[in-house]
Amino acid sequence: MKKKLVTLVLAATMGVGLMAGCTDATADVPATTGTSDGSEGTADAGTTDAGSTDAGTTDAGSTDAGAEEQPSTGGKLTGTLNLGMIGPLTGGAAIYGNAVKNGEQIAVDEINAISSDFQIAYNPQDDEHDAEKSVNAYNNLKDWNVQVIAGTVTTTPCVAVSAEANADGVFMLTPSASSPDVVNGKDNMFQVCFTDPNQGLASAQYIVDNSMATKVAIIYNNSDAYSTGIYQTFNSKAGELGLEVVSTTTFTDDTANDFSVQLGEAQSAGADLIFLPIYYQPASLILQQANNMGYTPKFFGVDGMDGILTMEGFDTTLAEGVILLTPFSADATDDLTKNFVSKYNSNYGETPNQFAADGYDCPYAIYRALEYYADKNGDLDVTGKGADEICKILISVFTDPNFSYDGVTGSDMVWTKNGEVNKAPKAVVIKDGVYVGL
Amino acid sequence: MLANLINGISLGSVYAIIALGYTMVYGIAKMLNFAHGDVIMVGGYVAFCSISYLGWPPILAVLASVVVCTILGIVIEGLAYKPLRNATSLAVLITAIGVSYFLQNAALLIWTSNTKVFPNVFANLPAIQLGGTQIAPVTVITVLANIVIMIALTLFTSRTKMGKAMRAVSEDKGAATLMGINVNRTISMTFAIGSGLAAIAGVLLCSAYPTLMPTTGAMPGIKAFTAAVFGGIGSIPGAMLGGVLLGVIEIFGKAYVSTQLSDAIVFAVLIIVLLVKPTGLLGHKIREKV
Repeated sequence: MKKKLVTLVLAATMGVGLMAGCTDATADVPATTGTSDGSEGTADAGTTDAGSTDAGTTDAGSTDAGAEEQPSTGGKLTGTLNLGMIGPLTGGAAIYGNAVKNGEQIAVDEINAISSDFQIAYNPQDDEHDAEKSVNAYNNLKDWNVQVIAGTVTTTPCVAVSAEANADGVFMLTPSASSPDVVNGKDNMFQVCFTDPNQGLASAQYIVDNSMATKVAIIYNNSDAYSTGIYQTFNSKAGELGLEVVSTTTFTDDTANDFSVQLGEAQSAGADLIFLPIYYQPASLILQQANNMGYTPKFFGVDGMDGILTMEGFDTTLAEGVILLTPFSADATDDLTKNFVSKYNSNYGETPNQFAADGYDCPYAIYRALEYYADKNGDLDVTGKGADEICKILISVFTDPNFSYDGVTGSDMVWTKNGEVNKAPKAVVIKDGVYVGL
Repeated sequence: MLANLINGISLGSVYAIIALGYTMVYGIAKMLNFAHGDVIMVGGYVAFCSISYLGWPPILAVLASVVVCTILGIVIEGLAYKPLRNATSLAVLITAIGVSYFLQNAALLIWTSNTKVFPNVFANLPAIQLGGTQIAPVTVITVLANIVIMIALTLFTSRTKMGKAMRAVSEDKGAATLMGINVNRTISMTFAIGSGLAAIAGVLLCSAYPTLMPTTGAMPGIKAFTAAVFGGIGSIPGAMLGGVLLGVIEIFGKAYVSTQLSDAIVFAVLIIVLLVKPTGLLGHKIREKV
């Protein structure tokens, strides 16, 4: 009887532990694994000294260590990680999905070339920017025993998939899904890109700081969470900063053809800058129609504008002078960016856009985080590890204030407990058909 | 006010030219060809390729696009709709939706999903100045094309032998067969004309709103279908009227009520019209004889 009771209690605690899964992993995982694995780690570290080279790179990647940083154990990262990716590889948003896929592929190839001890098996899946198809793609990846997902690329599908992944305890790092809805209430979900509110805030701040305009018009897509999210924060920040918004008009995916009314209203309200928190495709029509009207305000976009120059047949003179806020500019001169841009150019024959750069940072951030964990807690062999186990490990590292990552889309990236990233934004202007850093 | 009216007519004329094809096929074959919007997309791509890749002059590109779409229309009709000639209208409707998806995905394979920007074929025509607002040349041409097509179609169906055969088929297939009319050939002809019109509509749509994707035809197709119902489906002048009115209502709704509610306004007007006049503005009342 007593035995039965004990087993029952044990089973119950295990059950609770299982159910808790990812949800409360943040609090207790680093502590528990730290103590138990740590001792093992030190013992192993003594025998495998080869690991120290890899550990060296980890330290370079995660500089600026705080005061209470755990000491290094010299643990080594080994095994093969099943890394999944979900994004629109076909359909209207395919330009984003393919850019992310190409960027991630370059990073994966580079990581795989570092050492044969740790390899990434990469599996990109198409979702056509459709929430339902995205969940199907996620299920495909689960059948493939995915351990970590570097996706999804676009916001609406990402909200759907991250809910599933949260329930299953699969770690997700999205390169570009920028709505706060993506990360809110999900401890397994992290972003490489800014959240939409941050883009809106930064845009308003940038316009005011550089006194680019006195009267601003906004045209946004109110059938799109991304666009609406940026609009809301931009609008409130503009009010705070005393930037006058003279015209706010909307369109939907179904009425994204004719912008004569929206532009006419902005023009008659005397707007000298139009803020376009929208994707590049309707933006190209807006630029064209404004040009037909003979209306020439400044245009200010956000990361969705990225891609406008690669549209086949687009008259790039229409986009001359368009400014967009983006964390990545391909003409930056640091080694990291130069290496990435030249590789991308030689592999895919075009200059990478911001989505490609976000994609490039994703596998690296995951790789560095796993390395960091191994370094602090002792040897880590990822082969065959459950996705939930990897998830706990990555959550513990990403929320560790001592972990930061230097990528092409920003240095010293740190993540909040909520999953949002902190890094500094950059603005680029389109000049003679190319992006030029400001 | 004037600017909005012009913008409305320019948008509406694009709807109208698509609606003409819808209403033509519906009027004769009594079926809703939901693939019409996608034939428009194919027409746009053919014209795009002829101009951008082959360097053909716009006129030749339009002709090429008409030829390709006409053949496509006949092939679609022969493969997808002809075997269902005696099936329920619901089966034909579902097939049409299937064809629509097939065309979109085929276009995705051929032309990929990357957005193409349609070349400005009317670049050397001057814009017309009217009371301080510009009328784009494409608007003028679309309106003219609408009128020409409308008159030509009306004459064709009322004066020519083939046109009369079409009307006969539309009224009673059985009786038309008894009178020696080849029903299958007549319906194929209808699709050929409808698809040829779609090609012209495709070029004009893409000239007015120059982004080209595999889904380009889908939404204008639905709007044009609405326009055709609005004007009275089956009626050729009704399609034109419905299209232009739809465009004007949409733009006025945006300008004077709310940009957020423009579609809601359009469809609210449609509902009211259909409540008052169930057959649409210019639709004929069909008496069912018992």
